[in-house]
Amino acid sequence: MNISPDQIKIWQWGPITLNATILFTLVVTTLIVFVSYLVTRQLSGDIKVSPGQNLLEVLVQGVRDQIHEINGQNPDPFLPFAGTLFIFIAVSNLLSVVPGYHPPTGSLSTTAALAICVFVAVPVYGIWQAGLWGYLKHYIQPYPFMLPFQIIGELSRTLSLAVRLFGNVMSDTMIVAILLSIAPLFFPIIMEALGLLTGLIQAYIFAVLAIVYIASAIEAEDIQQPEQRNTSHG
Amino acid sequence: MDKISLTAMASIIASGLTIAIGSITPALGEGRAVAQALSSIAQQPDEANTITRTLFVGLAFIESIAIYCFVVALILIFANPFWNYIITKGG
Repeated sequence: MNISPDQIKIWQWGPITLNATILFTLVVTTLIVFVSYLVTRQLSGDIKVSPGQNLLEVLVQGVRDQIHEINGQNPDPFLPFAGTLFIFIAVSNLLSVVPGYHPPTGSLSTTAALAICVFVAVPVYGIWQAGLWGYLKHYIQPYPFMLPFQIIGELSRTLSLAVRLFGNVMSDTMIVAILLSIAPLFFPIIMEALGLLTGLIQAYIFAVLAIVYIASAIEAEDIQQPEQRNTSHG
Repeated sequence: MDKISLTAMASIIASGLTIAIGSITPALGEGRAVAQALSSIAQQPDEANTITRTLFVGLAFIESIAIYCFVVALILIFANPFWNYIITKGG
């Protein structure tokens, strides 16, 4: 039994290996880009809009509203990052009902890459909003001896982001595979449906946590006595 | 009993204990969190959106502990790091 789609080799040429993770990541990104291109090619400002445009508008508006509810600021700077994370993870989880498809988020490589993106994005947004000194100052607040704990917190939450998404998606695929060998008639469908729900919730949680981490790095400058929101260790 | 079967036995028993013990406390914690959130929603239905979102994020944090245990259990069974070492030592 394969614990991760990294071990499924589709094609090999010399040192270059195309495994299932890379292949299905490319499939997912191509699908997203292609659908978005098809829809946004003919946008209309009329009352009558195409179904695809309606769908994408609802999606983008929903992401904007969620971001605004979380950090209470203008959601525009965070929309591309959080929206990309959400849509990529959601699509790659939801496609797991397609037979023969291995979700790329079920590989620790993909989820670690996404978590590292969040890890890099937090100081980038923080420095951009609060300045270099303002961002670095939140490490030594409220007391300078909190510095090692803040650093450990940043690292451990990155690890927990990666392992949480990987564990959830991988456990779904694995439970379905085990059930197929034990009770192949009806029960895999239930678990598959449950997997759709958890996949969507995990995508939502990943995006929300990214926004919460970024918001905590930014808020450190604004508020005089920062709440300890950013020391969640998952 | 040779060392290979001892290693296999130890890792299987350890993985079972890991997932068994490691799922007890997150289950208790999630139950408490959901119960508290439900009573909060019953008291203040207007705040249901905020409570639900916070609940989901909190549940994800709690659940990640169980997920860690699950990953460790799977590593012990399917990708045991000591397995190759024992094999090359020749049992």
